[in-house]
Amino acid sequence: MTTYLLRRAAFLLVSFLLACVVLFLLLRLLPGDPANALLSAGATPEQIEAARHQIGSDRPLPEQFATWLGQIVTLDLGESFISTLPVGPEIASRLVVTVPLTLLSFLLAVAVAVPVGFVAAHRAGTWYGSLLSGLSQLGIAVPAFWVGMLLVTVFALKLRVFPAGGFPRDDWADPVAALTSLALPVVTIALVMSASLIRYVRSATLDVLGSDHLRTFRALGSSFTGAMWRHGLRNAAVPVVSILGIELATTFLGAVVVESVFALPGLGGMLVKGIAQHDYPVIQGILFVSTFAVLLIGFAADLAQRLIDPRLRGTVSGGPR
Amino acid sequence: MRPAMRVAASSPKAPVPEAPAADAPARSRWSATLVAGCVLAGLVVAVAALSLLWLPYAPDDTSGDRLMPPGAEHLLGTDKLGRDLLTQLMIGARIALTVGAGSVLLGGVLGLLAGLAAGFATRWLDDTVSALLDILIAFPTLLLAMLIVAVRSASLGSAILAIGLGMSAIVARLTRVLVKRVLAQDFVTASRTSGTSWPRVVTEHVLPNIWPTLLVNLALQLGLAVLAEASLSYLGLGPPPPNASWGRMLQEAQATVLTAPVGAVAPGVLLVVLVIGVNLIADGLRDVADPTRRRTR
Repeated sequence: MTTYLLRRAAFLLVSFLLACVVLFLLLRLLPGDPANALLSAGATPEQIEAARHQIGSDRPLPEQFATWLGQIVTLDLGESFISTLPVGPEIASRLVVTVPLTLLSFLLAVAVAVPVGFVAAHRAGTWYGSLLSGLSQLGIAVPAFWVGMLLVTVFALKLRVFPAGGFPRDDWADPVAALTSLALPVVTIALVMSASLIRYVRSATLDVLGSDHLRTFRALGSSFTGAMWRHGLRNAAVPVVSILGIELATTFLGAVVVESVFALPGLGGMLVKGIAQHDYPVIQGILFVSTFAVLLIGFAADLAQRLIDPRLRGTVSGGPR
Repeated sequence: MRPAMRVAASSPKAPVPEAPAADAPARSRWSATLVAGCVLAGLVVAVAALSLLWLPYAPDDTSGDRLMPPGAEHLLGTDKLGRDLLTQLMIGARIALTVGAGSVLLGGVLGLLAGLAAGFATRWLDDTVSALLDILIAFPTLLLAMLIVAVRSASLGSAILAIGLGMSAIVARLTRVLVKRVLAQDFVTASRTSGTSWPRVVTEHVLPNIWPTLLVNLALQLGLAVLAEASLSYLGLGPPPPNASWGRMLQEAQATVLTAPVGAVAPGVLLVVLVIGVNLIADGLRDVADPTRRRTR
């Protein structure tokens, strides 16, 4: 297990470095000097040169990369071109909204999807089993932002139970107010996420229900619940856990779009604004933080999978294959 | 999923992947799922095709009154700029399909080539490529798309490029696994021993064995691409006007959802119809490609 941990951690580090290279190159090699964002249309060559010098885009690429990497290691994400404020603290203040939104949605999605997926598999032949499968089929075809729009229309504009958008100015000082404004966004993301999760849980459960070892255990006189509890759940959990990591990352991404629907001051709004303004430090900083988060989630999901499935522990080769 | 089962259907001399086993009932080729999917997706394709030949109004015609309800003059009413909603919807179908098909083509070709290369590569090259793919996949498609749009500015081409690139990593990883699985089979070793060249192994053994699974996956990716385009457009990062996009239509109609509900509902309904249709086609194809799964569905 220790060898595996070390290998997997090394893999994490390498992927992270590679991701930094990709991020850096994508933003630098594609056409357009980042300095243009600082300038108005009729800038003189001297002004362009000054701007390039100011943000360092006149220096050779490897040097720029080294500088940027050095900054990242010291947790300095640079300053916004537009507001000239440091990007790091701004991202941190936005995470106060995005992280709870992501985690709450994810937990709700799992809490809904696991029992529903199990019932859909266990009662596959009945009308409500088919209904649940049909609903999840519908759920994966609906864009999250549209679900959000419809929920706002019904629960905020018509029934007036929840606010249509926004977030308290003092963040979590009043937890009830904060939770109320997160309620509709959380339900939106959870609805869409659980639809695809249900399909995974259902198919994992179906595989276990049809397995020989479960039948054998039942033949030896165990009750269905007992057999499921001792052998079924753990086997069904293996593929589900591996997908949970990806789903958590997707939830984070879903949050980026849904935040726009509800005008939440999270990472998503900051990113969309940064893109519209060609504010490279902001874009780079946010993508850096999200990539880091996604890679960490993958790492955690791999570890969790090993804890559940002893068969994986014998294999040495690391990495999500 | 199970290359071994298809060995008989892909003998070197005469690949006959179409021939069903003798005892399989003929009607199993066209399941109800596949028919339903084709009907739903076909509906949207028909609308898009019609938009090429005929539109009720010109795309940029703002002569109508603002936010008109559905009526004789404008069948579905108008948007907040006085544009005919039906016209916008029809163009939106064309844009959704263009971005969907374009990115699947791009992602499919790139992914297939990269996946084949990684599948045939050994040890360190394979490890490097897989690690790169893992990172690309860790990078959520929509984030990658936003990054590319940020650098290239929002356009139809940017959307296709962005979504297609993100997709290519997923296709490449799947292709790699499938190729490895085929190459591990005894009949490939036998074929190599009898002097078949690697290019011929690819065309005669690998491709016939992996295309059913790939096709199913590409169909699913088409649905995801359509959804990604809608999300990009909703955020204002999709193809700019005069290309009408369902995502942007929904965004524009959001503020007036109570007074003019048609504009906030119709594009979403068409979007869902298209994606469900494509997903059902994928499910139907999977049943055809791998009959052993049918029991468990």
